[in-house]
Amino acid sequence: MQHDQKYTGQDFKVVGTRPNRPDGIDKVTGRARYGADMSAPGQLVGLMLRSPHAHAKIVKIDTSRAEKLAGVKAVLTSADLPDLTNGNAGDYATLENCMARDRALYDGHAVAAVAAIDKSTAKKALKLIKVTYEKLPHVTDVDEALKKGAPQIQPACDGNLGGRYEFGHGDIEAGLKEADVVIEKSFKTGQTHQGYIEPHACLATVGPDGSGELWVTTQGHFTYRNVCATLLGMDIAKLKVTSSEIGGGFGGKTHVWIEPVALALARKANRPVKMVMSREEVFKGSGPTCASSMDVKIGAKKDGTITSAFIECRYSDGAFPGIWGMLGGMTAWACYDLKNCKSVGVDVLVNRPKVAAYRAPSAPMMAFGVESTMDMLAKELDMDPVQLRLKNVAREGTQSSYGPVYGPIGIEPTLEAVRDHPHMKAPLGKNQGRGMACGFWFNIGGQTCSDLNIGVDGTVNLTVGTIDVGGARASLSLIAAEELGISYDDVKTTIGDTNSLGHNDTTEGSRGTFSSGMATIFAAREAIEVMKGRAAQMWGIPVEAVSWENGHAVATGAEHGNLPPLSLKEIAAESPKTGGPIAGHHEVTADGSGVSFASHIVDVEVDPETGRTQVLRYTVVQDAGKAIHPDYVEGQFQGGAAQGIGWALNEEYIYGEDGCLQNAGFLDYRIPVCSDLPFIDTKILEIPNPNHPYGIRGVGETSIVPPLAAIGNAVSNAVGVRLNQVPMSPPRILKALEDA
Amino acid sequence: MSGVHVTTTVNGDPVEFVCPADESLLDVLRDRLGLTGAKEGCGTGDCGACSITLDGQLVCSCLVLGAEAEGKKITTVEGMADGENLHPLQRQFIDNAALQCGICTPGFLIAAKALLDKNPDPSVEEIRYALAGNLCRCTGYDKIVRAVQAAAKDLQKQNRK
Repeated sequence: MQHDQKYTGQDFKVVGTRPNRPDGIDKVTGRARYGADMSAPGQLVGLMLRSPHAHAKIVKIDTSRAEKLAGVKAVLTSADLPDLTNGNAGDYATLENCMARDRALYDGHAVAAVAAIDKSTAKKALKLIKVTYEKLPHVTDVDEALKKGAPQIQPACDGNLGGRYEFGHGDIEAGLKEADVVIEKSFKTGQTHQGYIEPHACLATVGPDGSGELWVTTQGHFTYRNVCATLLGMDIAKLKVTSSEIGGGFGGKTHVWIEPVALALARKANRPVKMVMSREEVFKGSGPTCASSMDVKIGAKKDGTITSAFIECRYSDGAFPGIWGMLGGMTAWACYDLKNCKSVGVDVLVNRPKVAAYRAPSAPMMAFGVESTMDMLAKELDMDPVQLRLKNVAREGTQSSYGPVYGPIGIEPTLEAVRDHPHMKAPLGKNQGRGMACGFWFNIGGQTCSDLNIGVDGTVNLTVGTIDVGGARASLSLIAAEELGISYDDVKTTIGDTNSLGHNDTTEGSRGTFSSGMATIFAAREAIEVMKGRAAQMWGIPVEAVSWENGHAVATGAEHGNLPPLSLKEIAAESPKTGGPIAGHHEVTADGSGVSFASHIVDVEVDPETGRTQVLRYTVVQDAGKAIHPDYVEGQFQGGAAQGIGWALNEEYIYGEDGCLQNAGFLDYRIPVCSDLPFIDTKILEIPNPNHPYGIRGVGETSIVPPLAAIGNAVSNAVGVRLNQVPMSPPRILKALEDA
Repeated sequence: MSGVHVTTTVNGDPVEFVCPADESLLDVLRDRLGLTGAKEGCGTGDCGACSITLDGQLVCSCLVLGAEAEGKKITTVEGMADGENLHPLQRQFIDNAALQCGICTPGFLIAAKALLDKNPDPSVEEIRYALAGNLCRCTGYDKIVRAVQAAAKDLQKQNRK
């Protein structure tokens, strides 16, 4: 059935309220089951052996002693897995990353795995596997990797160049000639990890008939099913994947790491295999985001009009090429209406883990370069930084730097809200500084499929295939309740496994509430059509004379006007006699996702003696399109800001001369703790997305884009020296002060 | 490996188990007793997701050996509610939307209860420092601190009655 996805502009009754989430009680009582919380009878413990070298040829793997150890049920190396060397490049990279074949490409790269009756036996077995390595020269720095003569990581690539992407329009050289002022600066960002508190975990079973089950913490169980089945040569329909509760993902649980190996071990041992990463493995062997290095050049007229804008950002993708440069390149100048702009995103291979998405992947780095340089320009022009941005701001109808012409967008309203916010006028003390910055993220839609089933008591089961990381079940229950005209408490939303629904794309790109929300609305409308038919039958009138209002079937027309409306509950109660169960279903490739903008304000205090920075006050202003459940929209704003604060001030992968990761733990890779942060104020703007019935845009990612630059600007204002590298750890701030 | 026989109390119930001498109390709770409410986020005492109390003392159960629980009273998140009545902290965490993914929630609840047991009227700063051993990556802690403040008020009211 065709549905009109245009924004309806309706007044909402339950959407926009803040009811308790349906999974709340399970999560405060310990009942909720995450990846590592499931067990199966006869299960084995699976563990990985990982390379201790940054780059090494694997000469030989001798597993014979491990295999002989009592209690060991399977030992696995790449020899047990399909060789995809000459196959699909993406599949090859994914499987090669899960288990190295000829070379270990980074410290922590998996080289073998065991399944044994318990953890201590599995650990002993790992020690008995003898790997003969031949160490190779390595490179971990993004700029070093591009130099001539750097150790080459993937033979198929040109040097270590994984890809180069250009975006923009106009003529930046001509624009520079028009400029009164030109600002040029280089910046660097450290490599960070999503830092979800739940390590990767799964429980895999594969029977002798080739059918399997996987219980796993993931952002996309349908994707995991397709990828695992493809890599292992299984039938997709024979692999059932159930998503556990997910203990954080932020993009890091969009890719497979241990899952194909667990399935292969289970197949080999013919026993269920549970694998759980240690925290050290999460840091070394999952997919952090890129480190980056960039050069920015902006030219402007005295009145602040930007005439030329250029940025090149080089991203360290790890040992396999990705599309991180492309994503970053697209976001760089998206906030502004520019005559001449160019952004270049470069993907670079280094001996580090294969990068995965991290919340608005690649955008925070570009924003750090762009928004820091914008502040430098404002200073040079003696202009207010917010005014400078407003002077060049993108609006509806602007040709974006990455191609599309914008529809209604929220960057100008967020900037105006920042300009008018009391935070901007609050006094600052000694050693304190204020900064602001803007950010952009695309948001996506994609394949989605939902089922809505109405019970005989009139309560509703909504089954969706996008997983719930931060309250989506509450939001989707609100949407179903709104559309059907019933109470939120009468809707129960469940995440279906891969056997219960058609394919749903991974929950990434802030697509969950946008796309499952759309499928839910249309599934509900389909159920309403069914109920109208049932009501017509109960009344004995034509279905054309029935409309649906406020959760009731209403008979229309003069001749039926005296029939009292029938409630959803009344229709449901009669359903066994009027044609059986009442259900609605919808599948869609949701398009028309709305782009998202945010502007942040932050105050910091920098201790000039120690170089330590304390965040004093933080305000997030972001366009949500429509905040379905404002509590969880605020939660996304606050969480992204907090991750950005960590990235700006503390977090960084530190590699030694040997190319090995030196801080693979939460003690040395320090994410913000409760005492590091202030309350994070939020202001939700609602500029409806015209392409969604409820006006929804994604809200999950944009909040991590501005903080690096906002804090960089605040720290620079506090100390009077421009900081151009994150994290702005105490030693870096002290060095910047010394060098000034 | 020969096991250690341990007699202990878990959430008020007498419990006996046998575990290897080097097995953590967290592994005992999760893998032997089926209490998976305490989570392993790091295994090194840095994240607090495995927080429990041992004779009323807040500990990371990943840093305690199962054998050390001999004769002690263990409280986990599974023991926080009184039957179907949630503890005010549990109620306020839900009401304040103080969890997103929820993996850190059991640890936060146990740590917050340990704080409120000692200090029924903590300041924001006291809450923030008392919870500094528990990592949350989703919320930025804002709504968690507010939930603890609200629960402290609830408990004060409850105790006045």
